[in-house]
Amino acid sequence: MDSTTEQHIKLSNAISKKKRFHMINDWELYVMLVPGILFFIIFKYIPMWGIVIAFQNYSPYKGITGSEWVGFQHFVTLFHYNGFWLLLRNTMLISFYNLIFFFPVPIVLSLLLNEIRATAFKKFIQTVIYLPHFLSWVVVVGITYMLLGTQGGLINELIKAGGGTEIAFLTTQEWFRGLIVSQSIWKEAGWGTIIFLAALAGVDPQLYEAAIVDGAGRWRQLWHITLPAIRSTILILLILRMGSVLDTGFEHIYLMLNSTVNDVGDVFETYVYREGLIGGKFSYTTAIGLFKSFVGLILIMGANWLTKKFGEEGVY
Amino acid sequence: MLHYKPSIGSRAFDIGNVCILLLFSLITLIPFLYVTATSLAPMKQVLQGGLILWPETIDWGAYHTIFSNTHFVNSLWVSIFITVTGTFVNLLFTTLMAYPLSKKRLKGRGVILFLVVVTMLFNGGLIPTYLVVKNIHLLNTVWSVILPGAISAFNLIIMRNFFMSIPEELEDAARIDGCRNFGVLFRIVLPLSMPALATFTLFYAVGHWNNYFSAVMYINKSDLWPIQVLLRQMIIEGSVEQFQNAALEASAQVLPKSIKMAATIVATVPILIIYPFLQKHFAKGVLLGSVKG
Repeated sequence: MDSTTEQHIKLSNAISKKKRFHMINDWELYVMLVPGILFFIIFKYIPMWGIVIAFQNYSPYKGITGSEWVGFQHFVTLFHYNGFWLLLRNTMLISFYNLIFFFPVPIVLSLLLNEIRATAFKKFIQTVIYLPHFLSWVVVVGITYMLLGTQGGLINELIKAGGGTEIAFLTTQEWFRGLIVSQSIWKEAGWGTIIFLAALAGVDPQLYEAAIVDGAGRWRQLWHITLPAIRSTILILLILRMGSVLDTGFEHIYLMLNSTVNDVGDVFETYVYREGLIGGKFSYTTAIGLFKSFVGLILIMGANWLTKKFGEEGVY
Repeated sequence: MLHYKPSIGSRAFDIGNVCILLLFSLITLIPFLYVTATSLAPMKQVLQGGLILWPETIDWGAYHTIFSNTHFVNSLWVSIFITVTGTFVNLLFTTLMAYPLSKKRLKGRGVILFLVVVTMLFNGGLIPTYLVVKNIHLLNTVWSVILPGAISAFNLIIMRNFFMSIPEELEDAARIDGCRNFGVLFRIVLPLSMPALATFTLFYAVGHWNNYFSAVMYINKSDLWPIQVLLRQMIIEGSVEQFQNAALEASAQVLPKSIKMAATIVATVPILIIYPFLQKHFAKGVLLGSVKG
């Protein structure tokens, strides 16, 4: 009897030791989480709480708790402000142009790359067209200035050498949106092919062989095999783009803006930066930011719902 | 592949295809070549103008000028410091958080993951984030461009999925040998995650080097400006006078155009140096997220 009790005690000791060992281990696991959780609280969740200043007349001296509440006043001001519709138009137009002119380019490029049989040539092209993605916007806009500027810009030098007159590409409203979209294509279209090429790599070669046997030419293979293979990828990217219709890329636009093109180039982000940070209208510009986030959220959810409705897999 | 005789149509398709891709590559490359060649070309050639794709003789004058300017060199050091420290902070924070989140036995894992994903869909926006950075006294320090972006939620989730793909048995073996959680992470999991870590290092580093917006927002002191901010001033606002004065003192004749181009190249070279490594890893890295966790 005694010996079995002893054994029981030993066994339970061993178990509790093992349990304690796990507790210590897991305690370490929770310690690891601390820096990350602090980061998300301080830099992500406190700013979300800070959105309340959109409903206040925030003053940096009184702080969030001491500032006066004004309800939806800033939103009312915003919607009655003539400039608001200008901002909305500029933002939507740049997004729309990007959707029409930029969005198809990576798809077409990856379809073309996919048709290349010589591996070395394909690798070379890929190496070249991925490169601009890693340049900063400052460098890309800087190179644009060197090429298109009026004082010593390459294109204008060539135009003058050919007997023409200089074109002020960078300070003409008509050129602005075109330039923005072209720069986006130059910088990001090549990089954008990666995701499509990955989807295409998964296509079973037997499908093409079967199609060839059935007498399908290159175009028919492209239309009936290659394109359907990337259809869901295209849809997912479209949904994500919907969600960011009001995000036009601050750095890019800000660097390209100057006083002459402000009327066509000023977008929500640049306006918030200028009026909010430089001008000190914290509450008003937070209201704009909130409006923008809210619209983005609705658009992405709507697009996702629509995609599911059409029987495709959504983002979530 | 099936062997078949390519039709004329198919041939034409191939030729057209190659031409389009070559054209696109040329459009990508020529601006690079032009800027590089002009920055190295002698003054006479630059003054002639036109499309310079090859310098007649190599003239390092513009590079001498920018490297003898203390402001420029200082900005380079600021950028190097931000890139190295920032990338280290990114990796440390991301791995430390991703590892516990990859463990099923962690309590509250679902809630934390959900709260992380929420930040990807919705955020406080520019001004509230600025106010937080201001209130914790980070304005006008290099930390203002490092800490607010310490973890990218997207990278965190990719890294967590990668950790989950490492067989649990390996970690158990280490545990039996007496390793605690930190030991398992640093001796077993991280060495096994080298491809993922390499990818994240490169992506975070490129992000820091190229960062312009945070610096403009949070840093007003010109001696803390990273290279991108200075470069913007030089090229887009066209203020290169200080460099020309330096050039006059050095009794060398250097054109503003050459100075701007040399500065652009210097700001780009680090990217070009790590590009081969990036290229080796990124295809894998970009697709890491598609591995279901």
